[in-house]
Amino acid sequence: MSVLVFAEIQDGLFKKTTKEAVTYGRKVADMLGVECHALALGAEMPADAGKLGLHGAAKIFGVSHESLKDFDSKVYAHAIAAAAEQTGAKVIVLPFSNRGKALGGRIAMRLNAALGSGVNSLPDLSDGFQVKKPVFSGKAIATIRLDADVKVLSLMGNSIAPEDSLGSEIALEPLSISPETPAVRVTQVEKQEGGVPLPEAEIVVSGGRGLKGPENWHLIEDLAKALGAATACSRPVADSGWRPHHEHVGQTGLAIRPNLYIAIGISGAIQHLAGVNNSKTIVVINKDPEAPFFKAADYGVVGDLFEVVPRLIEAVKARSV
Amino acid sequence: MKILVCISRVPDTEARVAFTADGSAFDESGVNFIMNPYDEWYALVRALELKETFGGTVVVAHVGTSVSDPVIRKALAIGADEAVRIDAEPKSADFTARQLAAFAKPENFDLILCGKETIDYNGAEVPAMLAELLDLPFVSHAESLELEGNEYSLKRPIAGGVEEVKLEGPLVVSAAKGMAEQRIPNMRGIMMAKRKPLKVIPAAEGVESKTAFVHFELPPKKKAVTLIDPENMEELVRLLHEEAKVI
Ligand SMILES: Cc1cc2nc3c(=O)[nH]c(=O)nc-3n(C[C@H](O)[C@H](O)[C@H](O)COP(=O)(O)OP(=O)(O)OC[C@H]3O[C@@H](n4cnc5c(N)ncnc54)[C@H](O)[C@@H]3O)c2cc1C
Ligand SMILES: Nc1ncnc2c1ncn2[C@@H]1O[C@H](COP(=O)(O)O)[C@@H](O)[C@H]1O
Repeated sequence: MSVLVFAEIQDGLFKKTTKEAVTYGRKVADMLGVECHALALGAEMPADAGKLGLHGAAKIFGVSHESLKDFDSKVYAHAIAAAAEQTGAKVIVLPFSNRGKALGGRIAMRLNAALGSGVNSLPDLSDGFQVKKPVFSGKAIATIRLDADVKVLSLMGNSIAPEDSLGSEIALEPLSISPETPAVRVTQVEKQEGGVPLPEAEIVVSGGRGLKGPENWHLIEDLAKALGAATACSRPVADSGWRPHHEHVGQTGLAIRPNLYIAIGISGAIQHLAGVNNSKTIVVINKDPEAPFFKAADYGVVGDLFEVVPRLIEAVKARSV
Repeated sequence: MKILVCISRVPDTEARVAFTADGSAFDESGVNFIMNPYDEWYALVRALELKETFGGTVVVAHVGTSVSDPVIRKALAIGADEAVRIDAEPKSADFTARQLAAFAKPENFDLILCGKETIDYNGAEVPAMLAELLDLPFVSHAESLELEGNEYSLKRPIAGGVEEVKLEGPLVVSAAKGMAEQRIPNMRGIMMAKRKPLKVIPAAEGVESKTAFVHFELPPKKKAVTLIDPENMEELVRLLHEEAKVI
């Protein structure tokens, strides 16, 4: 018996969410008194695959195959399920990323397992196998019980800090699995140039209609640059074409959970909050003291953003030199 | 073309989130229920657009009890041709997916569209489960969907961008914002919906849930906001560094 963690490769590397998933998998394995294994799938393996040992994997398995170059949920799910069966895994951990979401349900059905998606804490084993997850866009927390021999858990990003002293570097072991032929072909990739990608950003600076127009976005961009942050916006801003749609956060846009979310000239409508209220710390800058966003904020500045933001940029720069 | 759209019923986005006194269930009192926006605005509308271009039928399916009938009628009013309600409480995602699969399997749909997630439980579970049970390819969170010949081309988000993928049907797709524009049902649609079939079929037997919601709680209350003098941004930076420890 073991815990198997799907070690997602993005742009040839293991990102933070994978390190979180391995750390989490290791802690679950310790609770169950079993080993934690990681599984990497792709056309090529990252050069530093063995480093996952530091995050808690006792073994790291790799399947490198041309069929795994483009992400096809069926091919990936079947390979992960086969690896779980081969290695005797009873708990499978995935990141709750786009890929993790496409895989969780498939793997669970393939293995007749119970799925807990978007979990954010370690399981409670005192009465069956129970896990917690945010529901209603973070407005509540549900406890779910998983009633099958095999469990699939997908881990909400930023729920656990990745640790890097849970083991030592190990060698990648190839696993003999022949992936199926994919049906899905990637024909084009459009990457956002420069800047920090929003879904993974630790700090996000976000602007709303209070900015008045796209010509004022240098305020958002300069502050983001000073903080090493990604930029985001409210929905009307994207709908008016001031900013690209992939920056729009909220119920109908991206849901993010950075360490720090700075909302500038955003009123804090419930649909906006749905995408950001899981941020660890929220700063709100708004000239209206009655703006609903202040109720969700940790720190608030009541003032005119055109005066406050330049001051904040200077203060951040002064701190970092 | 024969298209299936899976629709779900969720509390209105403005609904107050509260639970029964023992925390075992969502408190539905006074709550208005709607069609899940991803299902209504994107999956259903794109299905109707495909039908308008290529011909065929759009069937909506829902796992739920008669309380869902208004939501199903709305799908018919927007333009779906037929509706099927699988008469069972949608206890869990795995139960729901197995019920949908039992219905869909013999129907051999060309395309099955779902929403990317329900806005209440935010599981994003059912579409992938359904795809696996039907042994079909699955593209999740698609922001656009085009069809040329028998080849679908879809855009899906990736870290820091989007990618275009191509594949042949049949397939399952979960729809995200961007795939279509919301349609408001008109009077004629609402009248026509009354005459369209809403078939109620019994749930497949022997399907057991592998997961159960046992408890709900509200997140710990946030402490009141700390207000900072707009003249003193050095203080904000200090607090973010020393107190919140986020920069
Ligand atoms: C079903 C549905 C889904 C939705 N989904 C989303 C979503 O995903 N994301 C989203 O963001 N919205 C969403 N919305 C829209 C949402 O309800 C709000 O309309 C929107 O978030 C408001 O955007 P805003 O805060 O930028 O603009 P406004 O509400 O216009 O707020 C602008 C704010 O800027 C402040 N301001 C103005 N000038 C200054 C200044 N000089 N200095 C400081 N502050 C200033 C004002 O006091 C005000 O609070 C959705 C709505 C619906 C109905
Ligand atoms: N009870 C249901 N009946 C029909 N389809 C459903 C039901 N529940 C969920 N779905 C579909 O699955 C999608 C994702 O739901 P979920 O996995 O619950 O987040 C929804 O957007 C619907 O398309």
